[in-house]
Amino acid sequence: MSGRMGTTAGSEGAFIEVDRVEKVFDVRRRKGLLRRERHQVRAVDSISFTVARGEMVGYIGPNGAGKSTTIKMLTGILTPSGGRLRVAGIDPSRERTRLAHRIGVVFGQRTTLWWDLPLIDSYKLMHRMYRIPDARYRENLARLVELLDLGDLLEVPVRQLSLGQRMRGDIAAALLHDPEVLYLDEPTIGLDVVSKTRVREFLRQVNAERDTTVLLTTHDLQDIEQVCSRVMVIDQGRLVYDGALAGLHEVGESERTLVVDLERECPPVEVPAPARVVRVDGPRQWVAFPASEPAAALVTRIAERYPLVDLSVREPDIEAVIAQMYAERAGRAPTRSPQSS
Amino acid sequence: MVEGLRAYRMIAGMWVRSGMTYRTSFVFTLFGNLVLTGMDFVGILLMFSQVDSLAGWSLPEVAFLYAASVTSFGLAHLAAGSMPQLGTRIRDGSFDVLLVRPVPVLAQVGGDRFSLRRLGRVVQGGAVLGWALVAADVDWTVAKVLLVPLMVVSGAAIFVALFVAGAAFQIYAQDAAEVQNAFTYGGTTMLQYPPAVFGKELVRGVTFVLPLAFVNWVPAAHVLGRPYPLELPGWAAFASPLVAAACCALAGLAWRTGLRSYRSVGS
Repeated sequence: MSGRMGTTAGSEGAFIEVDRVEKVFDVRRRKGLLRRERHQVRAVDSISFTVARGEMVGYIGPNGAGKSTTIKMLTGILTPSGGRLRVAGIDPSRERTRLAHRIGVVFGQRTTLWWDLPLIDSYKLMHRMYRIPDARYRENLARLVELLDLGDLLEVPVRQLSLGQRMRGDIAAALLHDPEVLYLDEPTIGLDVVSKTRVREFLRQVNAERDTTVLLTTHDLQDIEQVCSRVMVIDQGRLVYDGALAGLHEVGESERTLVVDLERECPPVEVPAPARVVRVDGPRQWVAFPASEPAAALVTRIAERYPLVDLSVREPDIEAVIAQMYAERAGRAPTRSPQSS
Repeated sequence: MVEGLRAYRMIAGMWVRSGMTYRTSFVFTLFGNLVLTGMDFVGILLMFSQVDSLAGWSLPEVAFLYAASVTSFGLAHLAAGSMPQLGTRIRDGSFDVLLVRPVPVLAQVGGDRFSLRRLGRVVQGGAVLGWALVAADVDWTVAKVLLVPLMVVSGAAIFVALFVAGAAFQIYAQDAAEVQNAFTYGGTTMLQYPPAVFGKELVRGVTFVLPLAFVNWVPAAHVLGRPYPLELPGWAAFASPLVAAACCALAGLAWRTGLRSYRSVGS
């Protein structure tokens, strides 16, 4: 029962509370025949953040950064080594089973469905396992089957489904019991473009209709761009960015590129630093400039002095931005972008 | 506990229903199991075609040991036969999935792939047991009549405890399924022969350390009016349920400890 005052107070502001949470793994390595060396791996190193009800948050970082470990602590699979963690007022690892009724989890790389059984059997079992009221189950199933286009697949054994079909089946399974928060670990991994789009559209819809909080980890930045209003970047167990996607450009000190087409071949155009010409190819030139500065001044300056015919501005590649961020980072505290709430 | 049994019934029930989709295949594998597990008994029959007794035990008496061991193990295997696959689930990461569901993990692991095909062993053991009870020269008393079903159920519980403890161990060592099999399959085979066949140290080990002797050796000695192994006191024959309860409690504890120390996989 979630009626306790202590847990509801301020819960509008923070549905998920993570306060200086760490996870340290003891790794034993065999050295020689009998000697064993112990050392500790800090998979998650004092991470703090809060997520409000109904937020859609992307959680990104390179392999081994601690994304999955964080999700596993939030779902109660792993117990944190330190810090405080609450989801809907519940301590996940202490009350894993109680929390399970309120969360939905989709693991991109493994299924929660029963591999050898028809899809519908998994749903029937979820119905009873989660004690979903009959009417609610029928209603949710009908809605999910329609939205995720599962009608023809219900009688097919899960192992015969394609990856995209299975993913849709998994997402439906995670939402049958109306969870308040949905965790997705790499939900679009290995999917084709059409399936990816479909999954993203669906997530937006669920969030809009049910105010479901969504936390997804991904390698695919398009997932973030198209689904999430907020992004958290983790690297080596630490949160290095938390804020709006747009803000990443500034933090990463990334550059945009102005591509100008001149009437004829010219020597590299003269522009005020830090802007600079990075490439010349016949009459076309590429000018890099800080992403945080407007392009207008630069364009005006070039147009005044050179025979400008055409131009375009290229936004920085977010992947490049993040890569740059990882490279530059030297143990700085997490930065919050000015755009974020 | 109640929640766990409910979940177990639910999961096992689903596997039974799905298994029944292919009825012919079901009948064939059930029959196959029956024949395959019966081969062990054929081995004992062949042995007795050459000798009249084994360490002083007649054929019906050895058949009684055999049947008690096989039936108990068969029941345990029916209930918890999927537990040895736990290591695989942990290695491939699918164990995580069980942890985010709102029912006890042990019930999910135990009920996984529940199959009535495993009844083959129970049916075969039960049939031999029936024959042995009629053929053996037993001085029946009320206590002995009650002791037979008590022995089979307690024996099954001891084997279930072994399966659970083995599963708990696999949380630490994911490739330990063979160790577990050595105790479960190895144990049931050993118990098919009179204790006098084995060395004293071994008998001591399976009485006081891993109390397999209480599956059938000790209660069967009482039913058949034979001396107890290791000169155990007279009441020991009726101690099987207590031993089984203690085994289950210890196995449950091991399971909880294992689960708490679970560390998942890298992704």
